[in-house]
Amino acid sequence: MNASLTVTQSKREGAAVKTKESQSLPLTRPATPGGKETTSRGTPVSEVAFEVDSLSCWFGQHQAVQDLSLQIPAKAVTAIIGPSGCGKSTFLRSLNRMHELVRGSRLRGQIRLFGENIYGPRIDPTLIRRRVGMVFQKSNPFPTMSIRENVTVGLRLNGVRNHIALEERMEKALRMAALWEEVNEHLDRPGTSLSGGQQQRLCIARALAVQPDVLLMDEPASALDPIATTKIEELIQELKKDYTIVIVTHNMQQAARCSDYTAFFYMGRLIEYDKTDKVFTNPSNKQTEDYVTGRFG
Amino acid sequence: MAETLTTTMGATDDVQLAPPSKVGDRIFKWLAMVMGLSVGALIVIVGFTLWRGASMSVHHFGTGFLTGSKWDPVQEVFGALPFIYGTLVSSLVALVIAVPLSIATAVFLTELAPPRVRQPLVSVIEMLSAVPSVVFGLWGIFVLISWLRVHLFPWLQKLFGFLPLFQGPNYGVSMLAAGIIIAIMILPIITSVSREILRSVPDLQREAAYGLGATRWEVTRIAVLSYAKRGLFGAVVLGLGRALGETMAVTMLIGNRPEISTSLLAPGYTLASVIANEFSEATTDLYLSALFEIALVLLGVTILTNILAQLLIASTAGPKTSRAIQ
Repeated sequence: MNASLTVTQSKREGAAVKTKESQSLPLTRPATPGGKETTSRGTPVSEVAFEVDSLSCWFGQHQAVQDLSLQIPAKAVTAIIGPSGCGKSTFLRSLNRMHELVRGSRLRGQIRLFGENIYGPRIDPTLIRRRVGMVFQKSNPFPTMSIRENVTVGLRLNGVRNHIALEERMEKALRMAALWEEVNEHLDRPGTSLSGGQQQRLCIARALAVQPDVLLMDEPASALDPIATTKIEELIQELKKDYTIVIVTHNMQQAARCSDYTAFFYMGRLIEYDKTDKVFTNPSNKQTEDYVTGRFG
Repeated sequence: MAETLTTTMGATDDVQLAPPSKVGDRIFKWLAMVMGLSVGALIVIVGFTLWRGASMSVHHFGTGFLTGSKWDPVQEVFGALPFIYGTLVSSLVALVIAVPLSIATAVFLTELAPPRVRQPLVSVIEMLSAVPSVVFGLWGIFVLISWLRVHLFPWLQKLFGFLPLFQGPNYGVSMLAAGIIIAIMILPIITSVSREILRSVPDLQREAAYGLGATRWEVTRIAVLSYAKRGLFGAVVLGLGRALGETMAVTMLIGNRPEISTSLLAPGYTLASVIANEFSEATTDLYLSALFEIALVLLGVTILTNILAQLLIASTAGPKTSRAIQ
């Protein structure tokens, strides 16, 4: 009885969101609060990185994402929040064509990255993954590789052989990941010799070294202690000057602290999507309000 | 519904729970321990018996037993070097053939094969390991040997005849024939252990590589094979252990001539096959004792390779998988 009520409710609100999107998508407005950092560098937030058009994802018979449409702005942080099993990770993995790696998975709809359909017939998924980097929930450096090799592995896969170029890019990536000062003395130690937080930043450096357009982060700090988490969040603030970041998080404070836009997912649907301030202080949807105030989820 | 539930609950309220019985627990513990220890005792007993049986030969020949290359039961001169050589060379030949095949098969099974191909293939490989050694030997004598003698060996001699490895007369029965049959026999164990090892590689490692835009082969190379390297080496060493001790089929195909020859086409002899062939003819005490010493050498070598293999496998797959393999 109770369950069916929720379903109808979310259906109704899903429709409401859709009409709202067309009128007042946060991205179509000139950059205000969330865009401040970027305006200071002279590039207003106007560019759209991802345009997602009625996306649905399945695992076998189970539909994880239902007819979802939204636009993700470039050079900003977009957080995706929602309770477990709401489809936020699946959505994230559809953005760099990782969803299809799961056996029995299916997908419908369109995703355009800077105007290009990434599910187009002649698109090589490995090229998309080189442009859309990913950081995972659990840090996963390659255990047989040194810190240096871990950072440069993506470049080497891309055929970069020049030693000097590799060293330069490695240093740059490690500096961007705020790890250089901590590891530059022992770059030949195994990547797994670092602490948990350092390993996660190493993985960020590894993703950054290939200079992707977008960085996807799937709960990047959920396995870390508060200090390491703070470092990752500070890092995200730095990185959004150059990168489009989409972060999935369980932690609502984290979303509130470090994102410019927030999308709230529930049961595979997009319930609300707006500027982070708005979502957390004055949500237009009752379910969003319940979730961000901790009444469920 | 609710009422019946309460009444049943009420009835069970009166049941008294007995205190846990300590006796059964204690009997179980002792029984399990005795059983467990008896396996260890068995190895100790076997080793000790072999040592006692070999003591006469050990005293008589000393280290010369391991370095002597003459095996002459009539004159009672026993040197085990040709057997040690034959065992090592036939096993190495087997590994050279079996390792690339098994590891490629394991990679195919874990990384590439769709489920409806994987399951039948796994069954076939497991069946291969169930074929008795003597059956392989018989097939080897009547099918493999004649094919080798007529087709493969002349071809090898024509192409690689300049190498000492492929010179000399072509009898069919040979070190290479034995190596090929051993390769077929160790293929299942190396494949299935490698498969377990590859399956123990966390998906997160694969995803890390995919996330960097790696192709399937690149994912396998940088995330799977390099992660599993030590365990795969362990699988190979385990295969080597089997190869060293393989007896029946080898005895039937190797030619049983105690000579050291550089040619793989020449007949040879192994530690295992000399025991199998000659234990019934060992009429003198020294002869029998020499065979015991050969058995002791073989046991030592196979136990050591097995321990090494277990350690290597456990270092990647964790103790759980390595125990499951046993």
